[in-house]
Amino acid sequence: MDIEKILKESGASQRDLVPLLHKIQAAVGHIPRESIAAIAKQLRLSESEVFGVLSFNKSFTLEPRGKIRVMVCRGTACHVRGGGKVVEEMEKKFGTPAGRSSAGKELSLDETGCLGCCAMGPVVVVNGTHYSQVSPENVDSILEKAKASD
Amino acid sequence: MKKLSHPHHLAEWKRIILEERPAYDKVIAVSSGTCGRARGSLQIFEAFKQEIERRRLSLTVGIEATGCHGLCEMEPNIVISPEGFFYKKLDVKDIPAIVERTILKNKVIPSLVYEDPATGRKHPRQNEIPFYQKQTRLLTENNFRINPERIEDYIALDGYQALAKALFDMTSESVIAEVKASGLRGRGGAGLLTGKKWESCREARGHPKYIICDADEGDPGSSMSRGLLEANPHSLIEGMIIGAYAIGASEGFMCVGTNYPLAVEHITLALEQARNHGLLGSAIFGSEFHFDIHVVQVAGAFVSGDETSLIAALEGKKAFPRQQPPFPAQQGLWGKPTDIHHVETWANLPIILNKGADWFTEIGTDKSPGTKIVTLGGRINNTSLAEVPLGTRLRKIIFDIGGGIKDKRALKAVQTGGPRGGFIPAEKMDVPLDYETLSQSGSILGCGGIIVMDKDTCMVDAARYSLSVSAEESCGKCAPCRVGTRQMLEILDRISHGQGQASDIVRLEDLAAVMKAASLCDLGQTAPNPVLTTLRYFKDEYDAHIREKRCPALVCQSLAPARKKAKNSRKQETGREAI
Repeated sequence: MDIEKILKESGASQRDLVPLLHKIQAAVGHIPRESIAAIAKQLRLSESEVFGVLSFNKSFTLEPRGKIRVMVCRGTACHVRGGGKVVEEMEKKFGTPAGRSSAGKELSLDETGCLGCCAMGPVVVVNGTHYSQVSPENVDSILEKAKASD
Repeated sequence: MKKLSHPHHLAEWKRIILEERPAYDKVIAVSSGTCGRARGSLQIFEAFKQEIERRRLSLTVGIEATGCHGLCEMEPNIVISPEGFFYKKLDVKDIPAIVERTILKNKVIPSLVYEDPATGRKHPRQNEIPFYQKQTRLLTENNFRINPERIEDYIALDGYQALAKALFDMTSESVIAEVKASGLRGRGGAGLLTGKKWESCREARGHPKYIICDADEGDPGSSMSRGLLEANPHSLIEGMIIGAYAIGASEGFMCVGTNYPLAVEHITLALEQARNHGLLGSAIFGSEFHFDIHVVQVAGAFVSGDETSLIAALEGKKAFPRQQPPFPAQQGLWGKPTDIHHVETWANLPIILNKGADWFTEIGTDKSPGTKIVTLGGRINNTSLAEVPLGTRLRKIIFDIGGGIKDKRALKAVQTGGPRGGFIPAEKMDVPLDYETLSQSGSILGCGGIIVMDKDTCMVDAARYSLSVSAEESCGKCAPCRVGTRQMLEILDRISHGQGQASDIVRLEDLAAVMKAASLCDLGQTAPNPVLTTLRYFKDEYDAHIREKRCPALVCQSLAPARKKAKNSRKQETGREAI
């Protein structure tokens, strides 16, 4: 679905902003900078208000996301079980820091807040599938599985 | 049963459900919350289904994917009714043997039975396992009896009867009076009396009135909201409708974080079912009461734990808190009277109306009746979601229910209430879990996270990590919190790198005092707790870092003696795990 269509279906008040951003992000994978003006117009807000909300919340990103979305839980339990090392390993593999996509836009890497699966940390989520007790050593096999199922 | 237009229809519906329910000899409940699924519970479910079909047992053996059973450490696990056999950590290849031996011959398979880490004893039945036996499960009891995708399972367990009672046998005032008499307090952390909040919202001028369910769980290491949303969504929907009736609200909002897709799925489906059956929307149960609930996916910011910042988030603004009063009960969402409660608070309401305030006040303490769901994590044997009466001593929670410390190590400290809670030292494990005593000990109950630490934890490092979460989450609106968390973090960073100065202790205490007194919301006011409690109970560790440039737990790497570094890198791993 393209952004124009999503905008047309959206309500026209400030309360519709976050749901609208979620919809755009789900459809496009990110919030394109050039769509901010149109969003502001639809909701009768200033562009700075739209930008403020979208940059305040960690769920939204202005960067394009890859086809394979990898999220590493950075909650307390995962952190202490080595979640940081998993992120580092992934950053090495991706060749790009967390919060960005790989050069070919095939993969993107993000950190997320606690997913509540604290008994099984470090947790990694790839396109909605959870992997438990991930270590730098099994990062490769997870990525390969994701590529194969894509 | 289509729409219920009269409360009598509820009893009739329940009767039909029970009558039409297949008469299974055995029912297998597969724990399939987010954690269970991550460990392959759906594959276990499929394997059972295939095995049952292969052996043509579909008429006698039922299988359900339920919400979380609480014992996360043992996922994927199953409970087999009616015997209550509990099997842990299953693999797909275990399934044929379970069907062959346990389902058909009622024989227990010893290798799949839970072994108590404290005593080494094996407990084949769920109700014999100390983890379950020692809890008081009011809210989570039905988790393994309910398929969260089916409203019928909730109705069969007397669901929505409290709502019928409220709407037809009680006035709004008498519902409020009952809730006040029950002494129920907010489970999100603040601990205000729910009945009082309702009363002031009911009395407030302004129309329409709104209610909000705060299900945006920001605290790392806590999943009590998610557990309820995924496992028993109708219980809190019923609670919200009861609240709306008491207050006179016409619209409700369920704010769920974006990292809980399964919770959103279950709650959305449950709302649709409730609407289709006339339990939500216009003319509930055929009465003149109209109320509907919308699911809103908020964009996940820790600070939205504050009521006013959650309201701002719902309005489509940045989730900044604001000065109170006016309280949300007077001026909340879009300036209208608004009542906000945590998921767990809402889920308590059907129980209170069904069983009565007198029954409810028998559980817990005089000041804090009822139970609290806690999440146990860190260096504990049973990483889990457990429910205990308020006032239960920490020792009982950690050793009897939690199964004690991993690898039989010595307990060092416990952090309650998430990253903004304080650390309570091992000698104080007789502290009861309630709002007042925990705050006297320098910590908070918060929404019920409990993280256990053993001797290999460096308390300076633990305080530093907790503070780094608060600094990251500070919204930046008020200076005491924005600057205070940052400054404290820099000082703690220095100390853990061996660059601490003697004056740092006073500086930390001064900053903490300012933050506690002058921060706008709870986040800034409670962020110093980890630092203050470590200073209070573990001062010697700060001294060792600052004066002797030494980390007693050998965690802070730049302080580890050079020749021991290689050996200690392993130790650091285990130490960090405790936080």
